Formats: sequence, C-alpha cells, structure tokens
Amino acid sequence: MLSFVNYIKLCASRRSHLLTKTTFQRYGYSTIKLTSDNYPNLKRNDNFKKITSDDLAYFQSILTPQELIIAKDKDELNLYNTDWTHKYKGQSNIVLKPKSVDKVSLIMNYCSKERIAVVPQGGNTDLVGGSVPVFDELILSLSNLNKIRSFDELTGILKCDAGAILEDVDNYLKDKGYLFPLDLGAKGSCQIGGCVATNAGGQRLLRYGSLHGNVLGLEVVLPDGTILNSMHSLRKDNTGYDLKQLFIGSEGTIGIITGVSILTPTNPKSTNVSFLAVKDFKDIETVFKRAKRDLSEILSAFEFMDMKSMQLTKKHLAETDGSMTFPLENEHPFYILIETSGSNKEHDDAKMEKFLEDVMGDETVIDGTMAQDVTEIEKIWKWREMIPESCQSEGAVYKYDVSLPLSKIYSLVESTNAKLLKEDLLYDPVKNPSGPVIGAVGYGHIGDGNLHLNVAAKEYNKIIEKCLEPFIYEAVSELQGSISAEHGVGLQKKNHLHYSKSPVEIKVMKDIKNHFDPNGVLNPYKYV
Amino acid sequence: MSKLRILVPVKRVLDYQLKPVLNAARTGIETQGFKFSINPFDDIALEEALKLESALPKGTVTTHAVSIGSNLQCRDILRNCLAKGIHDVTWINSGKYDLQPLAIAKILKQFVTQGDYNLVLLGKQAIDDDSGQTGQMLAGLLNWSQLTNASSVTVESDNITVTSETDGIQDQVLRASLPCVVTADLRLNTPRYVPLPKLMKVKRKPIKELSLEKDFSNVDIQSRLNIVSLNEPVVKKSGIVVGSVDELIAKLKESKVI
Repeated sequence: MLSFVNYIKLCASRRSHLLTKTTFQRYGYSTIKLTSDNYPNLKRNDNFKKITSDDLAYFQSILTPQELIIAKDKDELNLYNTDWTHKYKGQSNIVLKPKSVDKVSLIMNYCSKERIAVVPQGGNTDLVGGSVPVFDELILSLSNLNKIRSFDELTGILKCDAGAILEDVDNYLKDKGYLFPLDLGAKGSCQIGGCVATNAGGQRLLRYGSLHGNVLGLEVVLPDGTILNSMHSLRKDNTGYDLKQLFIGSEGTIGIITGVSILTPTNPKSTNVSFLAVKDFKDIETVFKRAKRDLSEILSAFEFMDMKSMQLTKKHLAETDGSMTFPLENEHPFYILIETSGSNKEHDDAKMEKFLEDVMGDETVIDGTMAQDVTEIEKIWKWREMIPESCQSEGAVYKYDVSLPLSKIYSLVESTNAKLLKEDLLYDPVKNPSGPVIGAVGYGHIGDGNLHLNVAAKEYNKIIEKCLEPFIYEAVSELQGSISAEHGVGLQKKNHLHYSKSPVEIKVMKDIKNHFDPNGVLNPYKYV
Repeated sequence: MSKLRILVPVKRVLDYQLKPVLNAARTGIETQGFKFSINPFDDIALEEALKLESALPKGTVTTHAVSIGSNLQCRDILRNCLAKGIHDVTWINSGKYDLQPLAIAKILKQFVTQGDYNLVLLGKQAIDDDSGQTGQMLAGLLNWSQLTNASSVTVESDNITVTSETDGIQDQVLRASLPCVVTADLRLNTPRYVPLPKLMKVKRKPIKELSLEKDFSNVDIQSRLNIVSLNEPVVKKSGIVVGSVDELIAKLKESKVI
C-alpha cells in the first residue's frame, strides 16, 4: 500500500501558496507596479508617522528577532507587500510577527499612541488588495499565532489562534471525526483569523452556512490595544449586542482578530462527487432544481464552470501537472460539480444514482462522470479549485465576485465578453493578435447565487480596467446583486461600495469605524 | 497476427486513501461503512487493455474483466469496467471462502484455459494484502511467460515488449511471445474516468455470474498459509519541544541517553 500512497503524495496537488511562489519567480516582483503609482489619486495620510529608529528599538525590545522582518530582508518583505493577484504592492519596511496575543496588544497600543498605520495580515490570499499596505503601513502578520487552543469532542466546538492555517485545522478536526465548516481553494495558505475577518464563503457554505452563524466567539485586539475577549462556547447567548458579528467581515478595519471559537460539524462518512456537462446555462438551473429535490439533505456543493474556464485550466495544468487528465472525453458549454455528503454510503449512492438516471435520462445532462475513489474525488475538485490560478497564468486577472439572482448569473459573463469584443480588447490569433484580454470566464457557487467573473489578461492596464469598471458594478447594481459576494471590499471595491450599500448604511459603517479607531490607524485607505 | 484476447482480473479493495481499521476479533479489517474501489494497479491494467484495443487494428482485440469475491458490489466494479469500454465481464462469486493468492491463481488458470485468452493483464499487487504473487503464480500454473512490473507495453505481431523499472538499472526492456502474463506497475498510464452515459447504458445489464462452489469444484482452494495475527502499526510517540539547554540535558539524562 505504501508505494501507492507515496506516489500520490508525490504528485498530490501542490497547494496554492507553493504555486504562487513559482508564479512570482516567473514574473518577478519587479514587474508588479507599486499601488501608489497605479493609483495616483491616493495620497499618503501625513498624520501617520513614518517609522523611526526609536520605534524600531521599541519593537525590538518586546519582540524576538524571529518575530521581526526589517528592510534588510528585501525578498521576504516583498512577500508581505505583494498581494496574491500581483495587482497591489505596498512599500512597508517592517513586518511584525508576534507570538502572543499580549504582544499584539502592546504593538497596537504603541501604534495607536504613535499614530503608526497598521495592516493586519493573515495568509495574504486576499483578492481585493485588503491585506497588503498601500504605502508604508506596518504589517502585522498573525502567522506566528497558530496554535489550536482546545477542542471539545462532544460539542464540536473548536478554539484556535487566528494564524492557524485552514488546512491544518481541517486535518486536525478530521482526525477527531469533525470538519471545519469552511473550505476554499486557498486552504493551504489562508488563516482562520483572515477567513473570519473577511467572512470568507467557499464551497461548503451551501451546506453549513456562513461564518456569521458558525462563529461562537472571538478574541479581538482593539486599535488601542485593549483585548476584547468573547471566546464563548455558547450556541445560545442573548445578552445584549452580539459584538463578534461586527468583526466578522470587518477586514481588519476595527480590530485584529487573534482567537476564534467556532462550531464544527461532524465529518460526513460518505462523500460522492460527480462532474457533469450540460449544453446551456438554463439546464444548470434545471439540474440544480432536481438536485435540491432528489439529493436534498445530502447535497453539499453545487458548482458550475463554463467552457472557457476549463480550457484555461486544462492549459495551465498541462504545463504544471501531467497527472491531471480531464474527466470527460469532449468539451461542453458548461460543467457542473455536484458533491454529496452523508452518513450512510448505501443511502447516498442510491440517491445519487436515482438523481443521475433522472437528469441523464431526458438528456438534460449530456455527459459526465462520477468519482470512483477518493483520488478521483480530489482530482475532480482540483479542476474546480485550479481555475483562479489558471486565469492568472497568462499574466493578469481581473476578479469580480458577485451575487446575482440565479437566472441572471451568466448573462453578466456574456455581456462582459460582448463589451470586450466591441472595444477591440479581446485576443484573437487571426483578427486581433495584439488583444490584451484572453477572455471573461464564469464559474462559481450556484447554490449561493455567487458568480466568479474572471477576466484573464496578459497584463494589467488602465484601458482594460476602464472597459470593465464601472460597467460590471453598474450591471450588478441594476440586477440588485452584490458587488462583493465573498471576497470583501478592500482597496479594489472601495469606490464602488455605493452600488451595493445605501448612503445611510455607509454612514453608519463610518461611525462604527470612528468609534473603535478614532485615529484611523487600522488598515487605512481601504473600504471605510 | 493472431487475435489478442485479453483477460483483466480486477480486485475490489478498501480505498487506498483510507486508513484500515482492524476488526474487534483482529482477524481482518472493518468493512462496514468504508469506501471500496477497484485495486488501483488493476485499474491501470484495465486502462492498458483499453489502450491496446484502440492502438491495434479494429476487431483484432477482445477484452474481458473478471472479479473474484463474495461481495455483491463486485458487480459495480465490473459495471464500471463495462462503462469504460471492456467488452465482457464475469463475476466469480466466492461465497463463504477466504481465498489466498495461490487459490486465486488456480481459479484464474481454469478461467483462462476455458476462455481461450492469450494475454492476462493485471496489477502487480493488490494494495490490501500487498502479496504481489497472483500474476507470477498464474504464469507458473499456465506455463506461460511472465513480464512483471510493466511501465510500458507494446504488442507487435505475436510479440509483446514491456519496459519495467528496476532498482539500480533504470529501465529493463523485456520481450516474450504470446501467450503471456503481464503485471502493471504504477507509471504505466493514468486510468480514465467512468463515463456516465455509458454507465447508465450498462446499469441494468445483468452481470454474468459463476459460482466458485459449482463452477470451480475441481480447483483446490485450500489455504496454505495461516494468518497468525494482525496488528496495527506502532504509533510513533510525538516529540516535545524543550525550553532550554539545561532542560534538554536533564531529559537526556532522564532517558539514560547520556
């Protein structure tokens, strides 16, 4: 048995963070423009102090050398200054990586008093430029706070540090028969605290709901250094304001999450994954309706991908991982990934079988496969999870993550492509060989009405951006959707918040920000 | 060239990614509620049979998969074989008998002789017991050539050429003439997925069933080996992080290392 397991480990999915590093090496940091050059309208707030040797001396007095990265480690600093999409690059000269909550508190207390701007950072897998500095803000990385504090095997309540990596926590829980209620492609790098701070969604949301429901308590260091501890393990607690909710999705603007208490579900014993093909988007709706009806309580994921997104992934995987053969023989306009999770294999198999017979019987589904073993389950998921990276592999990607009424979801991809074509930006080997855009692709979580619209391009440039924005935001607003379903606002969508929030809502958000952070030192220049 | 008549024996095993759990009596592993799949090496052999068929002139290759076991779900494994494109399948219901590799080889020998096959393509080992004996013993019983641990297979007229990876020498190229037994190694190919439309078509197809007791009554399936005990691997104690050199020295003294 060993040889097989080892072999699979050998060619096992290389996690996003590893690949990110290789991509970085390929393009080099130098090609990534500074955010301050890209956005000349953004000005550094002169109320913020530039870090002096005295400040450095203070940080050195409370931190060990392992908890500090400074200017001489240029390459390492670059990793913290640059975002995953290669679109944003800050100029921070200092990264603090405290190993205790008390140190986080001391740092914040000092920075607040000294008016030093701070960007909290988790795994830095953010997609909207929220986790990297805009100018010279100090970077406070939570990666050294990575312990699991406790786990209650009876209730499934987990308490852990904010810097614990999602995949590590998930593996820890799986050993105990439980599961983290959140799963996403960046799981090998992203941290629990960052997931909570950005209210990350992901593939399990359909089944287990959002973090607003699963998080039971938080430990947060406020901008002035106060530690707000509400690490409860209570499912019911109606005693006043539910403060933790404010920090879920706050994107590090009003406090730094250092600890998380979360309710975890039991790990389903039986999992089935099938990969299906349909001829148009309407059929996806039909399949979804029938999946809800026939698979009901065991349905745990329903993802869709369009042909173009799979073509890009095919190309990218062919270059990086030879062991990945496409699950189907031919190409089709749309693909669906369905996952079921339950406690009884025979029962789940029977349901899945009946469902598949039904959708294939009348040819709603025209082709497909069902994973026969755990390896195939992982490989099929990888086809979905590698899309973001594949869209990026041509050089650049404009990412939009929107919520829309189900029936309207794909029309946005079509209208975006039409606009790109009209403005002569779309690459065509014959008609437009110098076109900078490969194309707009669509995929996402149908179950949650969440579309990921990715525009793959050869480079970032202002002409493409002008074509896409505010066009996409206006289209979403018109359809009463949300301009950010699960990625947050960060820097990218800062000026577009009004498409999804009313002036009154925005004012209340600003009031809350001012209450917690009157000096505005936490994650400045971002959405509030 | 003569027709290539391939037999692929496939075994249903506990999914290799799952951690086996010993049953209470410590006579075997827990099976209830665990995912079982085709032995990955057999899946590779199966894929190679399909590849040979498409590489050689149409109509010159027949493929047949056979599975020996008592679980009804052996039929599901065989249905997947059909969906992938194997022409014919047979389930040999082993009933209450527990079979060791020698017995399996003897049963297969009879099946091969009666079915007039000239190439048996199977995994080099099953990942549940890791015996790695069936292919070799079958070749011995049939008095056929054997080409083991194949990482590439080519057929030309009546010759079959196989590359196998060995320790030390990088590649070993071997040739034999048909009939012959070939066992598949890991890097031979990547198995295809089961196409659903074809699976739906074979769903209701009855699977040919033979009974070990009735149809193989002349075969001596007596076990020659007794399983004395089954034990779980010893769990390695996790290390500790010491706070200081003094503590390290104290611990080392405590455990009498120094």
